[in-house]
Parts: sequence; structure tokens; C-alpha cells
Amino acid sequence: MAELRYREALNAALREELKRDERVLLMGEDIGVFGGAFKVTAGLLEEFGERRVRDTPISENTIVGAGVGAAMSGLRPVVELMTVNFALLAFDQIVNSAAHIRYMFGGQVTVPLVIRMPQGAGHQLGPTHSHCLEAMFLHVPGLLVAVPSTPADAKGLLKTAIRDENPVIFIEHESLYGIRGEVPEDEDVTVGFGRARVAREGKDVTIVGVSRMALTAERAAETLAQEHGIEAEVIDPRTLRPLDLDTILESVQKTNRCVVVEEGWPHGGVGANLAALIAEHAFDDLDAPVARVSGADVPMPYSKPLEEIAFPHEPQIVQAALATTGARPASTAVGG
Amino acid sequence: MTMPTLPEPEIAREWLATMTLIRRFEERAGEMYARAKIGGFLHLSIGEEATIVGSARALLDSDYLVSTYRSHGYALARGTSPEQVMAELFGRVDGCCGGHGGSMHMFDSSRRFMGGYGIVGGNLPIAAGIGLASDYTKTGDVTLCTFGDGATNQGTFGETLNLAALWRLPVVFMVINNQFGMGTSLERHSAVTDLQRKGESLGVPGTRCDGMDVLDTHAALAEAVERVRRDRRPVLVEAVTYRFRGHSMADPEEYRTKEEVAQWRERDPLLVFGALLEGEGILDSQEREELDRAAIAQVDTAVEFADASPFPAPESLYEDVYVIDEQVRGAYH
Repeated sequence: MAELRYREALNAALREELKRDERVLLMGEDIGVFGGAFKVTAGLLEEFGERRVRDTPISENTIVGAGVGAAMSGLRPVVELMTVNFALLAFDQIVNSAAHIRYMFGGQVTVPLVIRMPQGAGHQLGPTHSHCLEAMFLHVPGLLVAVPSTPADAKGLLKTAIRDENPVIFIEHESLYGIRGEVPEDEDVTVGFGRARVAREGKDVTIVGVSRMALTAERAAETLAQEHGIEAEVIDPRTLRPLDLDTILESVQKTNRCVVVEEGWPHGGVGANLAALIAEHAFDDLDAPVARVSGADVPMPYSKPLEEIAFPHEPQIVQAALATTGARPASTAVGG
Repeated sequence: MTMPTLPEPEIAREWLATMTLIRRFEERAGEMYARAKIGGFLHLSIGEEATIVGSARALLDSDYLVSTYRSHGYALARGTSPEQVMAELFGRVDGCCGGHGGSMHMFDSSRRFMGGYGIVGGNLPIAAGIGLASDYTKTGDVTLCTFGDGATNQGTFGETLNLAALWRLPVVFMVINNQFGMGTSLERHSAVTDLQRKGESLGVPGTRCDGMDVLDTHAALAEAVERVRRDRRPVLVEAVTYRFRGHSMADPEEYRTKEEVAQWRERDPLLVFGALLEGEGILDSQEREELDRAAIAQVDTAVEFADASPFPAPESLYEDVYVIDEQVRGAYH
């Protein structure tokens, strides 16, 4: 094990997979000479050269489409988009091409493409650089969606994504790039998709935290234990497609209560999806409705105090967990 | 450019035979659409056969071809059987995409026909990516990417030509200028109507050919393919042509006159090329008729085959969405 930052763990995964497989190449805006907008690809151009680490023009839809074409013809491209909002320029290629091609062409080809992008609020970047859009990608059959929250998962999931035959939307979080954690150094260690991580065991309430919210949920669980005597079980699904529903359901069968925490918008969100799945599969186990804590139902504001209340923090999660036990009034979306 | 010379008689016959097959196939597909054997949209290539055969025959078997949603003719020219293409139109299990794709999404990886694409301009980045793979693995393969005049207004046109020129990707971009982006005429949809020049500012030189003339189209594309293979730089070729039928079967064609269509029909690529071959003594009129009858017979067989092929089983609905192996478990749907 080595202690690495989240960005260093991603960098290690890319380096190891570039070394391991000649078919792997990186493409993206400013990933080479500049080293990546968030320095995830720092040093890789120097190590692997321009053939394999490619700075691209600012042409998101075409970069992703070129990744699709290259993946269809034998390569394993990893495309970096500078933020999740820029992925919206590439939505045609992500949905109409990457996600659909295998099905549309009767299984004749696969699209082993990874599209990496950071998301998340907290840096006062306003409405075009700060959103959490994992639900949009989750909506699309044909895509896999990974949302790592720890350095170890960032590395292990990215290695799996690169080795997988399916197109993978790999969503990093801007606020997590600097966090540290123990990361396996063994190049053969990966984290499989569809395997949730139980970040904390507990018997009273299940809290599912998506992306950065897994860490916020862990802190909330600490508060619940220390101040309220409530033992929360915190689950990080790690991938939204495939989803390890079994682990979530087993937990709910034990705790009989569930709170889903996400940074994205409430309508049609990950929480809405999970609440429906839990209701469908474990209704009789529930002692309270599944609670949702989400980002506010607004474009992300610039001003610091507004931005701070537009995405979830510990107190909202604590309150929602208490509400499922009947201790406090119910509350759903932060601003909604 | 000097008058292109005729190829060897056997090759010339094959070109005419393939153009005729596409024509008869498309006509029959139109009939089958009217009889509700085919659903969705149906975009026919009638009038554009020379652009398909002239370009496809400029490629090696190992080269890649990427087309638009007007995709039947390209599959046929690449060698996909009329049975498989018709069965795909019928939505049957023996279609080249198992009934998942339909008219706009033909595909045959074994013949390096890398797809029909339903989004205007959406195929250009994919062609660049295929070219990137060829460049990366140093195979020497060339990718031919066709698209319509309407696609030159999409962002992907500028983005992809720039990227291909910047990265020196071996891609021939071919704009099939059939004078209309659906129902909007060229001069009403593009500020620059000299389409061969639209790549110049992006570092992609252009040429033009007569898309009604299979010899001229083939000569231009053969030169373009050779140049791209040698120089490893993209080029743009504009083929000037005309579709004799509507944009799709659901097109009342109120945006053009019958006289205009009739004028272009006088230059019907099949009639012009057939007459040329007859004039050159390569085929006599009886052989031309035989060739036409053979095409009709092939299409008859294709329709019989498609009609006899079963619809995909309901349990196949979820096939080919994901590749699922031991690395990936959990709920998908």
C-alpha cells in the first residue's frame, strides 16, 4: 500500500494500463503539455510520448466520436473531458454512438472506450462548470457509470474501466483530487464493477452516498453515532451501472431505513432511482419512506454562500437519517 | 482533368451490375415500404448509384467505409448480401444487424463496412477514430467517410476535418452533394456552395467529381485514396449528384419541380454508363437486359429470404447491450 492523492491514484492507473496494454491511448484537451486541467495526466506525455498521450483541439463531440471509432477498430482509448458540463457537447457521440453502437449493429463490434470527467460544486465555477450529472449517464442503456470517492477506488475502478469491453463514463470529483488514501501498489489489483463498498457498518439506518457524498455521509454517520446514538451503515455504490443493489437491499433489510445522498438534482436523480428500486424490492422491510438528500433544484450559483447551500452537507444527512427514525420532521432536497 | 479511361471489361460490367443491383434493390425496398413490410424511415439512393460504386471500388477490401443513414447501397457495394440487407429492412433475425438497426444503420464488420449512421454529421468523428486506429497501428488502411451536403454545416464537419488534418489521419472525406439537405436546397442551407472548398481553411484540400458518372467518380476517389494512403493526410472530395426520389419515403417533394427532376434523370448514371459500355462494345443491349434481369432476380430472392426469416425472439430484446463478463456484475436494468 502507498498513500496517494486521488489524482495520483488515477495517474497511477493510467500509467500502469498504458504500460500494460499497447492499445491504450489517452486523448483530451490539455492532457499532455499542460499535464491536465487537474493534473491527473501529469508526466504521462513525457513517459509515453505524443503517439499515446494526445492533446486535442477543443472539440468535445469529435474527441469522443474519434474515441468511439478508434475503440471500434481495436484500440482502447481513454478520453478526458475537462468537466462534466463539457460532456454535454459530446452527448450525441456518447449516447447515439458510444452507448448504441454495439446494440444497433447487432453485436458485431464492441466500444471499449473510457470517458473520464470531473464533476461537482465547491469551487465557485458557477452554472457551467459545477454540476453533478451522473443521473443523465445512468439513464442511458449501453453505458457503464463509475463514481469513485476514494483514491483506492479511483485507481481500481479506472483500471477495470480500461480493461472492460463496454463504454464507461468515469466520473471523478473536483473536490476529491487532493484527498489522500491508502492505495494498493500491486498493478494487478483492480476494483470490479457492480460491487458496492460498505464504508461503515451499522444497524439503525442505511445511508447510500454517491461520489463525494459517500465521504460526507461517513462524517454524518460519525455525528449520528456520537450525538444521537444511531449507528448508520454507509454504502458507496462505486458504480451506478452496474448497480450492486443486493448489498443495498441486504443493508435495508437489516436497518429498515434508508437515506440516499447525491449532489445532483433531485428530479430524475440517482436517489429517485434508488428509492424506486428499494420500494420495489424491499417495501415490506421499510419502517419509513426512503429519504433523499440531493443538490438544490437550481443551476449552480456562483456566490459562495449560495453555492454552499446548493449541495448537501452533513447536517442535512443527519437530519434526514433522524427523520427516518421518527426523531425529526422529514426533509428531502436541500433547496427544493 | 482528362477523360477517365474505362477499366477492364470485366470490371466495368461488375460496376454496372452493382449499380443496377442497388437501383433494383432500392426500388423494391420502396415497394415493400408501401406494403408495410418495412417500417420507420426509408432513404433511397436512387440516382446516387455512381457515387456509391465509384467510391467503394476505389477502396481495397482492407480499407474502411463509413456512410450515412442512406446506407443500403454501401452495404451492397461492399458485398453484404441483398438477403441480409433486405432482412434488416424487414426487421428480421437474419438481417445484417439482427433487426436492431434497420434502414439507417446497416453494418458489416467482416467487410469493413463500419456503419450507416442516423445522425447527420455524426459519422465524421467515428471515421476519424477509425483512421486514428489505422495510423496508430501503422496498417496503411484508408477510411472513406461519406456524408451529404447538409452535414457540411454540422459542427462535427469543422471539428473532424481540423482534427484529421492536425493528426494526419488517413481519411477520405466525400461529400455527396445531392443538392438538398432534406428539403432545403444547397443555396438555401450553405453560405459557401462550392463545397469542395469548405475544408480548405481546416487544412483539408478538396476536389470535385461528377457524381452522375461512375468513371469520373471512381477516378477522383482512386486518386484521393492513393494520395491519402501515400501522404497520410485527409482530403475532401465533392461528388455532385442528385437523388431522384424524395429524402425519404415520407417526402412529398414540394421543394423542387418535376422539370428539375426530369432534367437530372436525363443523366441517370445507370443509363449513361450502360450506353457508354454498349457504345464501346463491352456489352450489347441483350447483355444489358440480362444484367438487369439478374439484378431483379437477386432482389426477388432477397425479398423471399427476408419474408421467410423470423422476427427476433422477444427474449433477444436485451442482447448486445452490454458485454458481461466476470469483471462486471450487478443490476443493469
